[in-house]
Amino acid sequence: MTQSELPVLTKKDFESDQDVRWCPGCGDYSILAQTQKTMPDFGVAKEKIVFISGIGCSGRLPYYMNTFGFHTIHGRAATIATGLKAARPDLMVWVITGDGDALSIGGNHLIHAMRRNVDMKMIMFNNRIYGLTKGQASPTSPIGKKTKSTPMGTIETPIIPLNLVAAAEASFIARSVDTHSEHLQEMMHRAGEHSGAAFLEVLQNCNIFNDGAWRDFTDKSVKEDRMLVLKHGEPMLFGAEKKKGIRLNGLQPEVVTIGENGITVADLWVHDEADPDATRTQILSRMWWPDFPVPVGVFRRVPRPTHDQLLVEQVESAKAARAAKGPADLQKLLAAGETWTVS
Amino acid sequence: MTSPKSGTNSTENVTQLDRVTIRFAGDSGDGMQLTGSQFTATTALFGNDVSTLPDFPAEIRAPAGSLPGVSGFQISFSSGDIHTPGDRPDVLVAMNPAALKVNLGDLVPGGGIIVNTDAFNDINLRKAGYAADPLHDGSLKGYNLFEIPMSTMVAGACEGLGLSSKQVELTKNFFALGVMFWLYERSMAATEKWIAEKFSGKEAIAEANRRALHAGYAFGETTEIFHTHYRVPAAKLKPGTYRNITGNEATALGFVTAAKLAERDLFLASYPITPASDILHQLSGYKHLGIKTVQSEDEIAAIGAAVGAAYGGALGMTTTSGPGMALKAEMLGLAVMVELPLVVVDVQRAGPSTGMPTKTEQGDLLMSMFGRNSDSPIPVIAPATPAECFTMAIEAWRIALKHMTPVVYLSDAFLATGAEPWKIPQISEMPSIAVKNAPESTGSFRPYQRDPETLARPWAVPGTKGLEHRIGGLEKLDELGTVSYDPDNHHRMMLLRAEKVARIARDIPATEVWGDSSGDLLILGWGSTYGSIRSAVERLRERGKRVSHAHLRYLNPLPEDLAGILGNFKRVLLPELNLGQLRMLLRAKYLVDIVGFNLVRGKPFQIGEIEAKAESLLGESVEVGQ
Repeated sequence: MTQSELPVLTKKDFESDQDVRWCPGCGDYSILAQTQKTMPDFGVAKEKIVFISGIGCSGRLPYYMNTFGFHTIHGRAATIATGLKAARPDLMVWVITGDGDALSIGGNHLIHAMRRNVDMKMIMFNNRIYGLTKGQASPTSPIGKKTKSTPMGTIETPIIPLNLVAAAEASFIARSVDTHSEHLQEMMHRAGEHSGAAFLEVLQNCNIFNDGAWRDFTDKSVKEDRMLVLKHGEPMLFGAEKKKGIRLNGLQPEVVTIGENGITVADLWVHDEADPDATRTQILSRMWWPDFPVPVGVFRRVPRPTHDQLLVEQVESAKAARAAKGPADLQKLLAAGETWTVS
Repeated sequence: MTSPKSGTNSTENVTQLDRVTIRFAGDSGDGMQLTGSQFTATTALFGNDVSTLPDFPAEIRAPAGSLPGVSGFQISFSSGDIHTPGDRPDVLVAMNPAALKVNLGDLVPGGGIIVNTDAFNDINLRKAGYAADPLHDGSLKGYNLFEIPMSTMVAGACEGLGLSSKQVELTKNFFALGVMFWLYERSMAATEKWIAEKFSGKEAIAEANRRALHAGYAFGETTEIFHTHYRVPAAKLKPGTYRNITGNEATALGFVTAAKLAERDLFLASYPITPASDILHQLSGYKHLGIKTVQSEDEIAAIGAAVGAAYGGALGMTTTSGPGMALKAEMLGLAVMVELPLVVVDVQRAGPSTGMPTKTEQGDLLMSMFGRNSDSPIPVIAPATPAECFTMAIEAWRIALKHMTPVVYLSDAFLATGAEPWKIPQISEMPSIAVKNAPESTGSFRPYQRDPETLARPWAVPGTKGLEHRIGGLEKLDELGTVSYDPDNHHRMMLLRAEKVARIARDIPATEVWGDSSGDLLILGWGSTYGSIRSAVERLRERGKRVSHAHLRYLNPLPEDLAGILGNFKRVLLPELNLGQLRMLLRAKYLVDIVGFNLVRGKPFQIGEIEAKAESLLGESVEVGQ
C-alpha cells in the first residue's frame, strides 16, 4: 500500500467539507479527531482508504473523512467490507460501528468477519446505549439499566465485546477510551498497522442518553487506580504508585500488592499480545471494575493469513495448475463434457 | 406416446416414434436422478431434442420405501422440436411399490410399466400403503406391465466380484438403464465412459455397474417380454455444436462469460439454498478463471459482500431462492440508493416460507418488484428455458453495468434443474458489455452526475485519485451526492431513480409474437412456462385456432411494444405458476382485462392444461373492447 511518491499528508488532508453533526460534548468528536490524526501514519494515499459504517451515531463518521466512504445499513458494514476487500486487496478498509450495530443487529457478521480474518480495521464505539434512536438499552447495557425501552431495568446479561471477538478468533484485539486521546491514537495506529481483522473497542461517552457510563474508572482522578494499561512483554502493574499488579493463579486473575506477602514484580502476569492461545485474552477481557482494573491497550495481536490473501492464493494456484495444462480457455469451458455436432 | 409411424422391420420388431416420455422413479437412495441424467446425456448425444424434469424430495433420504421418499426424473425426447419434458410419461420405470403408487396416476392409459419385482415384498407394499400386491391384483390391467426381478439379476451378474450384497443391490439402477437403452436403441458407450471416470480406482464397483448395465441391455435383447423396441430418430436441430445443459449450469456459464465480455472480475457471495446452490458450486470451481467466491454466513452477508465488491469495481453478485431473497430486501434498497451495478439471482421455489424447496413456482415476481421499503425500482428479467439462462445471465449484467443498477434475475426450480440441448455460442462473436470507471479528477467530483441518455451515475471506484467521496443509504443531493433532507430534492431523486429504470425499456429487444400478430387469443407468459405455452399454441394453431404466443423476458421495465401487442388480440390469457402476479401488474398498467390461469402445485404446467384453458376461452363468445 505504500507509495513512495506520496506527499506527506496531515490531519487536515483527511477532513471532509461536511459539518460535523454529533451532539455537542459527544465522545465521537475525539474519536474522529484521533482518526484523522492517525491516517497520515500509514503512508497510504487518501483514495486508497475506505471508511465503511453501519447505522447509529458512529455511522456518520465516514462523511467527515476526506477518503472514500460508504455509510451502509444497520449492522452490515462488515459484510460490505468483506466483499470490497476480497475484490480489492489493494485498499485499506476501516469499519466504523457501534455497540448496537456490531453486537446486536450485526452480531453474526462480526463473528464471521473475525474468524475469516478479513483485513479490516473495525472501530466499535461502545456507549452502552442506543443514541440515534434516543436512548434504548444496547447489548452492552448493564443488567438493571433503566432506559426508555426498559423502564424497570434491563434483565439481559450484557455482552463483553472483547471476549466475544476473542472467541471468534480475532487476530487483533484492543481497547481504548474516547477521552484518552493519546492512548486512543496509539491504538488506532496499532490497529491500522495490523494485517488482518482488527477490533478496537472505544469506550465512548454519550452525554445525552447515557452520560458517565464509564466515568467510574475512566475519570482522570481515578483512572490510574482503576484501569490497567497493557504493555506487551511487561508485567501488569497499575495504580498511581504502580504498586498494584495482576497475578495469574492458574486461570484465575488476582489483584495483588507489591511488597505484601512477599509478592514482587516477578510474580505478576506478564502481558503477551502474541499469545497464540486466546484463552488468556478472554480472561483479560473479563476483568472489570470494581473487582479488577479495566484493561486497555492491545490485548491480542497474532499473525494469521488474511481472507483476501488466502482467496487470491487459491485463485493464483488454480490459475497456475490450469496454466500447466495450457491456457485457461472459456470457450472450451462452454463446450465441456459431451458434445455433438449437427451439420 | 405418439402413434407409431412405420411398422416393424423384418429382422426385429422396431417401432418408430416421434416422441417418447419416460419417467424413472424409485427411492431417493435408488439413484434415479443419476439414471435419468445418464439417459438424458446419451439421448442428447444421439441427437434427439430433449427436455427433462427432475422431481425429488427435499429430504436427502426420506425413510426407505416410503411415499415421501420417492424420487423421479422425467425425460421427453423427440425427432422434432420439443419445448417441455412431456405432460404424462409413456413409460414408467418403478423401482419399488411407493414409486409405482406415486407415479401411476400420471402415466398415459395403456402406457408401459417396468418394475423391479424384487422390491415388491410385504414390507415395501405396506410402506406404500398397498393392501394387495398391485402386480397381481389386476389393478394394472390397463397398462403394459413388464416384471423384471432386477435385484436378482444384478446379484447374478455381479457374482465373483467380492462385493457385499448391499453394494451389488446399488447397481440395479444401471440394470434398469441398460433395459431402457436397449428398448430405445441407445448406445451404452457414454455411460460406460462415465462409470470408468466416476469409479476410477474402485475397479470392483466400476465392474459391477458395468455388468449391471450390460445385463439390463442383454435382458432386453434376449428375453421375450418386450415384443418390440423403439426408434426415435435424431431431431433436425440448427447446425452447430451442442451440449446438454441445465438452467443452473447455463446461468453460471453466462456469468463467467459476462465477466469476460465486461472485462472485469466476477465475485460471487452466496449462502447455500435449494435450488440455487449449484450456481455457487459451479462458480467456486472456476478459480482458474479468476473468479472469487465466498460462502457467506447468511443471506444478508452474501448480498452485502456483493455490494462491497461492486463498490470496488468488480461484478459483485449473489444467488439465492425465495426465503433468501426476502432477507436481502434491505440491502437491495441500499443498492438502489447508491446506484451500483449488482445482479441478484432468485431461483424461485414453491413457498411461502420454507414451502416446498425442491419444487417450482413463479411466486417471487411481486417481491422482486416491490419487496423493499418505499418506491425502490429495480429491473427484473427472467429466462424462459434452461439454455436461455446463459444469454439472460449476460443480459442481466449488460443492464446492470450500462444503467448502474441492481438487477434481479428470476429463474426457478424447473429451469434450474431441467435440461435441454444448448447450441454452444462463440464468445468471440458476442458484443462487449464493458463500461468505463470514472476517470481520475483534479476538480470537484460529482458522484451523482448522470449520463444524459441512461441517467446512470459514474462508477467511481476507490483507488481513483481525486474521486474521494461519500455515498450511503441516506438521501442524496442531486448531482453532488451529499446527504440531503430537502423535500423537493427527495421528490426529484425519487423520480430520477424511477425514470432511470423506466428508460431501460429503450434498451431491450422487441417482443416477439409467435404466430400471427393479431387474432382471437394471445397466450402471454414469462419464465419457465415458455415450453408448455409454446407447445399448446402449436397444437391449437395446428387445429386452425387464431392463437399466438408472446413471452416476456423483461418484466421491469416492461417492453414498450407490449401495449400494442395486447391490443391486437380479442383476449389475452396469462398462465402463471402463482396466483396472478404478472397479471396484476399488467392489468394495472394497461387496463386490459387479462385472463389468468394459475396453478401452484410445485409443478410446471402441462401442455394439455393450457390447451384446454385456451379452448374454453375460445369457446366463450365474449368480446372484450380494448
